[in-house]
Amino acid sequence: MRTGQDLELSHVTKRYGQTVAVRDINHVFTNGTYVCLLGPSGCGKSTTLRMIAGHETISDGSILLDGTDVSHLPPAKRGTAMMFQSYALFPHLSVRDNVAFSLRMQGQDKALRHKAANEMLELVDMIHLADRLPAQLSGGQQQRVALARALVTKPRVLLLDEPLSALDPFLRIRVRGELKRLQRELGISFIHVTHGQDEALALADECVVMNNAVIEQSGPAREVFSRPRTEFVARFMGGHNVIDLNGGRYALRADGVHFATAGLPATVRTIEYQGNHVAVTSTTGDDTEVLALIPEETFFANPKNPGDAVGLAWDEGRLHRLQA
Amino acid sequence: MRDSTGKAPGWGVTLMRNRHFVGWLQAAPLSLILIGFLILPIITIVIVSFWQATEFSIIPAFSLENYEFLFGSPVTYKVFGATFKYAFLTWAFTLSIGFTVAYYLAFHIRSQPVQIALFLICTIPFWTSNIIRMISWIPFLGRNGIANQALISWGVIDQPLEWLLYSDFSVILAFVHLYTLFMVVPIFNTMMRIDKSLLEAARDNGASGFQTLVHVIVPLTKPGIMIGTIFVLTLVMGDFITVRFMSGSQRANVGRLISNDISLLQYPSAAATAVVLLLTVLIVIGILLRFVNIRKEL
Repeated sequence: MRTGQDLELSHVTKRYGQTVAVRDINHVFTNGTYVCLLGPSGCGKSTTLRMIAGHETISDGSILLDGTDVSHLPPAKRGTAMMFQSYALFPHLSVRDNVAFSLRMQGQDKALRHKAANEMLELVDMIHLADRLPAQLSGGQQQRVALARALVTKPRVLLLDEPLSALDPFLRIRVRGELKRLQRELGISFIHVTHGQDEALALADECVVMNNAVIEQSGPAREVFSRPRTEFVARFMGGHNVIDLNGGRYALRADGVHFATAGLPATVRTIEYQGNHVAVTSTTGDDTEVLALIPEETFFANPKNPGDAVGLAWDEGRLHRLQA
Repeated sequence: MRDSTGKAPGWGVTLMRNRHFVGWLQAAPLSLILIGFLILPIITIVIVSFWQATEFSIIPAFSLENYEFLFGSPVTYKVFGATFKYAFLTWAFTLSIGFTVAYYLAFHIRSQPVQIALFLICTIPFWTSNIIRMISWIPFLGRNGIANQALISWGVIDQPLEWLLYSDFSVILAFVHLYTLFMVVPIFNTMMRIDKSLLEAARDNGASGFQTLVHVIVPLTKPGIMIGTIFVLTLVMGDFITVRFMSGSQRANVGRLISNDISLLQYPSAAATAVVLLLTVLIVIGILLRFVNIRKEL
């Protein structure tokens, strides 16, 4: 549903000399949604985020927030706030002063800005460490302080630049749950840049997949995953095989492939036990690799070995034609 | 302790296995140099400062007369005052110039090769000796020097400016010229360690350029400023040749007091002045270090 408060990118382009980092992007970020900007490194996702934040000038086009053109406003005047990848906490200031920094810059007096900072620290459950210096905090704690600092100005859009990349895997999963909860509670838009598709699938109301400076596909996470528009998206989101059949390119869900005597003939190459399922890679007659994720019980009821000849089959609905 | 063969190891092996012994052995070369060339001379100076001297002889003794004379003479206070004045003014100028140059190099120059090139250009004056750099000011600042002639020909002044050379002005000018790099280097070094994303974060939080400078860059540059300050203060307070050359022997600082005593072979008196100067500098540095922790820079 579109409202006037959406963030809209209109023909946004970024050039560095001859190279184009972002090419003519048009997109509407619906207000109050969790959006993941997803893509391999160098695809332009970070540049796009930084242009929205105002840390990168735009070469062409415009950025509209709430109906007003913010393309040429300084970062703090846009109604956006950014959380940096390395958190960028001021090492000489206490946690509370870090969070209150933007209010201090506005000239609010000490009592007022400390009160606001304390509220934010309550929100991210960091109030008990308010007097510490950033160096005395763990990575996860620093991340929360950075979040509180970004939220203290009450932005309408929070921009997160790979916020989970500095955390260890276990913490990453916990923190992403917190991010999602926070977004729901605050009801503002989060735009989250990541190169991990699992992160994007877990978090995003909307996934925007970028490649080579353009948006390849955008839409709800489930739609992007199950109905990739292009070969790139199918491969990048994972869990898909890309095969040529009857003169067309198709994406085939790896968990939709099963073995049947009447199926496409293939030879098993590798077998990997992965817990819930077994990943079987086989090659067909024209040397296309096909990955099949077979449920564990099914596989061990009729185990295969590398070199075995198998037939690959799938249900009709699991095959999805690609546009490019 | 017995090794695998069951025999007791020789005393040499036992000694080498002793962690403390190896540690002391590794520290020995530097310790010996510091003891021989720093501690012993200072002890000698302290001892000599209690000796007595006449015009033609030096008498080993334990007497406080050198110190009594030093603290009883109004000249001492005047000269120490002048030394502090030189130190303070030189510090103020080298700091403002050094900070600006370092800031420009660290934050305005984006490409690292250019940064390194400009930094090397800053060091070019150091390819010549201090004395030559000082002396080269004389034809520039003199009564009929380039500066006065240029100003007269532009019609800015009618008479040559007398205070350009052999004055406090020329002394401080030479000090600033000689020692600004000692400010630039540590400040630049500290600034280069500031994470650039902190500046973006400040901007994202609505800080103006000036606010970023005051609230982020200066606090994070303090250790570098402090190291530069210590360099400049100790260099200026211990100097005597710059003051002599650039003031045409018309101004005095503590260094000149000491050098005059030495030229008159009044070693005990020179030693006493040196001890007081050393303590003064140490106290100043001690006070400075109470304000800023420079340990993380070292």
